[in-house]
Amino acid sequence: MSPVSPDNIPGEPISTSSDWTFELIERFNNEIGLIAKDEYGLDCYPVQLELISSEQMMDAYASVGMPIGYHHWSFGKQFVISEHNYKRGQMNLAYEIVINSNPCIAYLMEENTLTMQALVIAHAAYGHNSFFKGNYLFKLWTDAEAIIDYLIFAKNYVTKCEERYGVDAVELLLDSCHALMNIGVDRYKRKSRGTLQDEEYIQSDREKRLQHDVHELWQRLGIHKEQKKEENKVRFPAEPQENVLYFIEKNAPLLESWQREIVRIVRKIAQYFYPQRQTQVMNEGWACFWHHTLMNRLYDKRLVNDSSMLEFIHTHSNVIAQPGFDSRFYSGINPYALGFKMMTDIKRICENPDNEDREWFPDIAGSDWHETLDFAMRNFKDESFIGQYLSPKIIREFRFFSIMDDDAESSMRVTGIHNTRGYENVRAALSNQYDLGNMIPNLQIYNVDHTGDRTLTLRHYVDKRRPLADSTREVLKHLHRLWGFKVQIESVDEKGGSSISHSCPEA
Amino acid sequence: MAMIIDRRLDGRNKSAVNRQRLIKRYKRQIKKAVSEAVTKRSITDIGTGEKVNIPTRDVTEPTVHHGKGGVNERVFAGNKEFVKGDQIERPKQQSGQGGGSEGSNSGESEDDFAFEISKDEYLDLLFEELALPNLVKKSSIVKQASKSLVRAGFSNTGVPANLNLIRTMRRAKGRKVAIASPYKRLLAALREELELELGKAPADEERIKALRNKMGIVSAKIDRVPFIDTYDLKFNQYILQPKPITQAVMFCIMDVSSSMSQETKDIAKRFFILLYLFLSRSYEKTDVVFIRHHTAAEEVDEQTFFYSRESGGTIVSSALKMTLDIIRQRYPISDWNIYAAQASDGDDWIDDIPLCTDLLSNNILPLVQYYAYVEINNNGHHALWKAYESIQAASEAFAMRQIASVEEIYPVFHDLFKRKEA
Repeated sequence: MSPVSPDNIPGEPISTSSDWTFELIERFNNEIGLIAKDEYGLDCYPVQLELISSEQMMDAYASVGMPIGYHHWSFGKQFVISEHNYKRGQMNLAYEIVINSNPCIAYLMEENTLTMQALVIAHAAYGHNSFFKGNYLFKLWTDAEAIIDYLIFAKNYVTKCEERYGVDAVELLLDSCHALMNIGVDRYKRKSRGTLQDEEYIQSDREKRLQHDVHELWQRLGIHKEQKKEENKVRFPAEPQENVLYFIEKNAPLLESWQREIVRIVRKIAQYFYPQRQTQVMNEGWACFWHHTLMNRLYDKRLVNDSSMLEFIHTHSNVIAQPGFDSRFYSGINPYALGFKMMTDIKRICENPDNEDREWFPDIAGSDWHETLDFAMRNFKDESFIGQYLSPKIIREFRFFSIMDDDAESSMRVTGIHNTRGYENVRAALSNQYDLGNMIPNLQIYNVDHTGDRTLTLRHYVDKRRPLADSTREVLKHLHRLWGFKVQIESVDEKGGSSISHSCPEA
Repeated sequence: MAMIIDRRLDGRNKSAVNRQRLIKRYKRQIKKAVSEAVTKRSITDIGTGEKVNIPTRDVTEPTVHHGKGGVNERVFAGNKEFVKGDQIERPKQQSGQGGGSEGSNSGESEDDFAFEISKDEYLDLLFEELALPNLVKKSSIVKQASKSLVRAGFSNTGVPANLNLIRTMRRAKGRKVAIASPYKRLLAALREELELELGKAPADEERIKALRNKMGIVSAKIDRVPFIDTYDLKFNQYILQPKPITQAVMFCIMDVSSSMSQETKDIAKRFFILLYLFLSRSYEKTDVVFIRHHTAAEEVDEQTFFYSRESGGTIVSSALKMTLDIIRQRYPISDWNIYAAQASDGDDWIDDIPLCTDLLSNNILPLVQYYAYVEINNNGHHALWKAYESIQAASEAFAMRQIASVEEIYPVFHDLFKRKEA
């Protein structure tokens, strides 16, 4: 093992062995950090590297990347699935998991070689880390300072409720909340921040206030008939609400205050993960771009030797491989591949633009690549990033094509391929494909029959004739459990006609 | 500066609780799989872990997403020959196309959700809700009975952790008083004398000096009495006291005569293996006596009982006699809860049957808590069954069931040893 000294002679590799030690990891982290910050000016949270075993990696998987999670059977299910696949050799464990927190926590698996550890450090601890810190969605929706505290608070709170109200009652509630998780996020409001102490203080206060608010809403017993008629015309909520969990938390008439708090916990966690779902391509692309750049820089400085570099290139090319649609390995578009190619392509357009690039990207062709890339990382999400930066060259490289599947027609139709007439269409279609608003049905709380039987009506604004999946019936049962009274979905088609499509209890 | 933390020694089983919750939630399905599995196994690995399958639709968590249908435009990679405007047949059983939710698990294969449970979990589920009936007698005279630590006074020796401070300090105080008091008395007398001397008009300097000297020596002696001495130490003493526990013995009586076909012997052995696993798992202090018989009975060890072959004629009473003898010799009924399970094809030498019923109802049944008889055949009831029917009518402690095929072993077993609500 080479001696650890900060002024290592340039040209001498940090290590020629593939075994890692804590000193070597620290050494690599220092060197990578130095390049990332001084040479490329990446703005990162402080880094916290944690060495874990493969079992712990599966634990981390099971809790969807939350370092601290409350107990629920669904996490057990995730664990069992990954354990099963891992044991059968069907799945390699991910090399890394990184937590959007301050300090940024990156897990390194003990089975990794030293080169892999260096790759993971570059990818997670500097790539993802700077993305978490810089991207506008993360800035807007997540609070890296508070998340760990909040998760601890959440876990303790849920455990406390389990002790007081029984594991089964809490489990039922969590089941229902989980079912509504993807329609339980705000898209336009800023969430509040708070440390653990704040959170506990605010929580006890909130408990009283919430219950009070709810009672206000339902205190309408002594109303005259005329008045009642009048009020019936007034919808509640006045504006439709898209965040179903928020609405339940604030307005469900029968929930107890601890139940509202748990609804809130699930909602908060959903909100925390909301940006990740919208920036998969960008986030992975950015991290891959930086591990690639940083590793190459280490190699330029002769801090890693040829064999490490070959190992790195092998892993890297596996990560960014994109099988074709007819391959048995095809499972959709690989976000690592698309993201990495796009980031690299932006750099190319800046440095060596050709005529096509000048025509398509007049603003960035020939500009400073680092500034341009930084701007792209900060101000876009997948949908807009693809809409803005997907170049014809990438479309050709991936041989992208778009298919229109209209169930009113007898067959599907190719609407665009990688040629001049198709670029625009393919780009728009791909951008659309990453639009969460397009993926998740547009379902909103529309009205509560607050003078009658308290029926809760949701409106589903049908988009492109796509129906709700069969599982909606189950979801509605969960919503019914939370609301406590009849729940129904009114489908509104594009022409404006509406009809009740689902209701629970079923008519 | 980065922090590097070694988490490898932290808890490995963060998911254990969640896994337990999963098993609890799907207990019904898992139990079904487990009880089906028990009959499919070979005799040797009947007690190992098990792979359990649960239909995927039971464990999916519903979410709001789009169903199939409507207008969907999607982009794919790796075009080879398509050009714009090509018409493509809709693939049958399309997956991933309809939902518009890439990466979600909608429309995935309908494969079962499979996972493995450990041997312990398997046996827990297998023997849940089972119990030995009428387990009432308690006894404290058991070798290796579980013992509990109880306080038993004080001793002069012991480890520092058991030091009894109050008693130690009390003894130290007493010792100090006893040893120092003569000197204290002397000191007081000297002080009085000194004051007397000092009060005299012409002070006797010599005398005063001598008194002061003497006082110094005496108070030094008082000071030298140690604050605490090894002699003072008192320790709490604990002893192990055997706890009265219930102890039970199970007699497994198996017919190995030639009338038992290989298949019926196999069923009998499976039945007893279940019984043996159940007892060794749920009742730590349970003796099991294995008796097999043809014309003569012999007591054998577990290995011979389950895995060796033997055959001959049938005299059931020989086994019952032997059971009775062993009870009398080794298991005094005042201390033992006695159980017996008998498996046979129901054939017996015709002259032997009255002897059997007599032995059972007059000698054995009064001694035992529970006697289970299992008849293994699939063509009606045989001689022994008819004879035992009268006993069943007369005694609460006697139960009999028939097993016709391998599948019935677990249900019958479950039925015989079901936990009864008190």
